Amino acid sequence: MDKVLSPQAAVAKIESGMTVGIGGWGPRRKPMALVRELLRSDVKDLTVVSYGGADVGMLCAAGKVRKLVFAFVSLDFIPLEPFFRQVRQAGEIEVMEIDEGMMLLGLRAAAWRLPFIPTKIGLGTDVIRNNPGIALVDSPYDDKEWVAMPALNLDVSLLHADRADRRGVCQVKGPDLYMDDLFARAAKNCIVSCDELVETEHFHAGDEARYVFWERSMTSAVVPIAGGAHPTSCSPLYGFDVEHFQEYSACAGEGGFEAYFDKYIGGKSEEQYQQSVGGLDAIRALPLPVY
Amino acid sequence: MSSEQSAYSLAELMIVAAAEAFRNDGEVLATGIGLLPRLAASLAMKSFNPDMMMTDSESWMLSEPNAVSGREPGQAQAQETWMGFSRIFDNVWSGKRHAMVGPTQIDRFGQSNISALGGSYEQPKVQMLGVRGFPGNSISHANSFFVPAHGPRVFVSGECDVVCSIGYNPERLPRGYQFDDIDIRSVITDLCVMDWQGPDHQLRLRRLHPGVSVEEVIENTGFEICIPEDVSETTAPTAEQMEIIAALDPLNLRARQLKGNPPGVRTPG
Repeated sequence: MDKVLSPQAAVAKIESGMTVGIGGWGPRRKPMALVRELLRSDVKDLTVVSYGGADVGMLCAAGKVRKLVFAFVSLDFIPLEPFFRQVRQAGEIEVMEIDEGMMLLGLRAAAWRLPFIPTKIGLGTDVIRNNPGIALVDSPYDDKEWVAMPALNLDVSLLHADRADRRGVCQVKGPDLYMDDLFARAAKNCIVSCDELVETEHFHAGDEARYVFWERSMTSAVVPIAGGAHPTSCSPLYGFDVEHFQEYSACAGEGGFEAYFDKYIGGKSEEQYQQSVGGLDAIRALPLPVY
Repeated sequence: MSSEQSAYSLAELMIVAAAEAFRNDGEVLATGIGLLPRLAASLAMKSFNPDMMMTDSESWMLSEPNAVSGREPGQAQAQETWMGFSRIFDNVWSGKRHAMVGPTQIDRFGQSNISALGGSYEQPKVQMLGVRGFPGNSISHANSFFVPAHGPRVFVSGECDVVCSIGYNPERLPRGYQFDDIDIRSVITDLCVMDWQGPDHQLRLRRLHPGVSVEEVIENTGFEICIPEDVSETTAPTAEQMEIIAALDPLNLRARQLKGNPPGVRTPG
């Protein structure tokens, strides 16, 4: 079995109108090389589900997004994602704004093939008023009302892992998996980019297999791209690129996303992209953040 | 007297006042969002509530809080439990948590907003963070507010533009719920300390920072608040507390959190 694909071949499976989940969290372990490939494609009208960072900002700014399911979009050290802000303030996208935990439950419902999971999260807030599609239901066991968080069924998930083998065994050694396992399980087609392609024997040694969080049948495609999370972090391999994010953010004020896209993404291969940001060694040397 | 008065900054006074919010919490996860609330929670854990739990703001629970400044990448820390983001929700929904957050807007019901200002859901005038974890936090566990600039733009006269957290609003109270199911604790601002224990959970003044008048608080709050007869002065930091704070923040980042880093004792007027 061999699930290895080129970035182009993997992203070619994404069609306009699909629902795409993106793993990671804010500026952390985002499958940015896959996002860049998506930006180069002519796919549009996507519904995007993400604990959002620049992945969401870029896709929104490029007009790829019809609807966004989000709890936040942030670069952390730059709290407000500048392009997401612009697109929202121009009223250009449909949104489903939900609590971070509701997103977890929606993904879990999809992963478990349930129509919804009951929760009290959202009660008494505008999350319920603004999303008439999220129903309130009675419980057979008490007299309270409950939020029926609907399953967030995904056509495709895009994830970035530290390592994977050709059969789709994926390893994340950073301190946090975020919700990547749920994104993998909630999708019909899960595309995983990885910093390193390894032989299956890699997982046999020591406790390496403890860092594998979903079974390989959940992985549809493996795309080896060393440094593929840049400019986001892939702890412990590299931190996020503060300077690059600052330049990206500055484009929102001057030049627009087009300036950023033309300089770094449009008509460029991933190799050319990495050269333009200092090369793989420079990416690998980016310090891990201290909180 | 004057040397004693200038011995602590307003930021340090607010850290000490905010730490009090965690005093009787016992064994709960305290989450201070932002540098000053994080210092407040750390101070509480290092002094009067050693049973408290804290994280490294990333993915580990700590036996000893980390310093907020001066740490190197990869520096060792007293981690005792893996606490990735997915597990944080398990903790949130268990109720064993007390968050201290700094909303952009707070209304008379104790509802708060960090999502967006003005406009509509479809097209906000100013997009901010999004609701983040506020809906789940507010209905699951204790929450306190930290407000660095007490004014009518924060304490709004109407309802919040986006209601991100549940409050004491009878119109929004879910079926089967009582106000007592909602636990909004302290409000620490640059002027005073308040809570939500006035009549019908009205916002109530508890303590005034040195040099601040009741009128100043009233003028800077966009809605009516309860003024009890026994409003005392906010307790000044002790020497021991100042030492703990300095050790937790060796680079003195706390001096950059409030505009102009004002002294803890202000001259009235």
